Amino acid sequence: MSTLSSAQPTVGVLALQGDVREHLAALAEAGVLARPVRRPEELEEIDGLVIPGGESTTMSKLAVAFGVLDPMRARIGAGLPAYGSCAGMIMLADKILDGRDDQETIGGIDMTVRRNAFGRQNESFEAAVEITGVDGGPVEGVFIRAPWVESVGADVEVLSRLADETIVAVRQGNLLATSFHPELTGDHRVHRLFAEIVRDAS
Amino acid sequence: MSSTSPSTTAPASGEAPVTGTARVKRGMAEQLKGGVIMDVVTPEQAKIAEDAGAVAVMALERVPADIRKDGGVARMSDPDMIEGIINAVSIPVMAKSRIGHFVEAQVLQALGVDYIDESEVLTPADEANHSDKWAFTTPFVCGATNLGEALRRITEGAAMIRSKGEAGTGNVVEAVRHLRQIRGEINRLRSMAEDELYVAAKNLQAPYELVKEVATLGKLPVVLFSAGGVATPADAALMMQLGAEGVFVGSGIFKSGDPAQRAAAIVKATTFYDDPKVIADVSRGLGEAMVGINCDDLPENQRYANRGW
Repeated sequence: MSTLSSAQPTVGVLALQGDVREHLAALAEAGVLARPVRRPEELEEIDGLVIPGGESTTMSKLAVAFGVLDPMRARIGAGLPAYGSCAGMIMLADKILDGRDDQETIGGIDMTVRRNAFGRQNESFEAAVEITGVDGGPVEGVFIRAPWVESVGADVEVLSRLADETIVAVRQGNLLATSFHPELTGDHRVHRLFAEIVRDAS
Repeated sequence: MSSTSPSTTAPASGEAPVTGTARVKRGMAEQLKGGVIMDVVTPEQAKIAEDAGAVAVMALERVPADIRKDGGVARMSDPDMIEGIINAVSIPVMAKSRIGHFVEAQVLQALGVDYIDESEVLTPADEANHSDKWAFTTPFVCGATNLGEALRRITEGAAMIRSKGEAGTGNVVEAVRHLRQIRGEINRLRSMAEDELYVAAKNLQAPYELVKEVATLGKLPVVLFSAGGVATPADAALMMQLGAEGVFVGSGIFKSGDPAQRAAAIVKATTFYDDPKVIADVSRGLGEAMVGINCDDLPENQRYANRGW
């Protein structure tokens, strides 16, 4: 764990591939120290972890190749707060559909997530989404070749559904996941929610 | 073709979802950052690329090195071939249209490709106009050799920019030149007084608002990748250290001795571009790199970077 409890918590953004910079900026706006993490030893120095948007197959491969997958599993298993958007949601899912056969996830949230569930890029869309625990009206949901949550276990709280009932945001304990990309919108309320989870946990 | 302006506003609660917005198009490229996009000509190659950790593949009939060798008119690839690659992998698939050939682009959109590369590697179809990229739901990536060219493409609706480099040569020198040029021009804009930006816009032949946005942001408003001539892990890392946000690799992988291993090595070097030890490790035992071409030996009419304006 990190430094003094009175200090700002440190949140790492998994920087193997994806929209890392946008998450770092959003976290800074949400009042935490944000830094990219790529190596096992860097994981030891953080109070929370964000898995960014990106290509989940690439992220998964690099996480295995550079020895960060097991350390992430261990820390998240031990209660490290984590938030995943899009590919990050896939990485936090215990089970995935339409992934590659050999695709490994970190897991942690008892849910089944379908990869690229909404379709290809031409089907990527924006829609307003209400999120439980995020006040001030709906957030602008940016869905890019996005996954959705097919089913959840008893301990998972569904935070958001689209008009057709599709589950697009969930929370289980200190773990948060969204199908969409709040980091692309300039609206930092979801990151503030995660920052709160990190502060409460540390 | 009707032109639509960029939509950046999200629908209000209860309204139907909106596709094809500027944010969804540009956001797609943001997701590719730190990744490698590989040229592939068969479903088998596409699978090798996906296995190696590519973030996307570029489906085409011939890699640039072969287009160069074969000569003749290079066009959009066969729809069957593109569809075969789309069905073979789960990662995004890009495909190339000729510059200004908006019907090829319409076909690629209908095929469901995830990104269209309006590419100088193919033979240009229009010597004055590029395609109106706002008219499409599918996002476009375009090549640029300098900032003015990049901004003109963004004005036409490009959601991602790449250096042109000199494709199919295995020689990174032109990509370095283009990236340094673009970055240098952005840095000069940043240091300019407000009232100097009007003349800068005139000189760049780009809209003032866009020039001002770049001066404020200190970067393009879209993702900037490197393309053209990357053949080794160190080449990829060089482009990343020079400020590219990701790398296209064309002929460099499947014209080399051991494509699978080289592809994986370039992916790793792109992630750890600032760690020479990792780059050294992944560079071992890769077998032969593609045979390169000295760009100075290319006749003027065989330089792809000169296509587009």
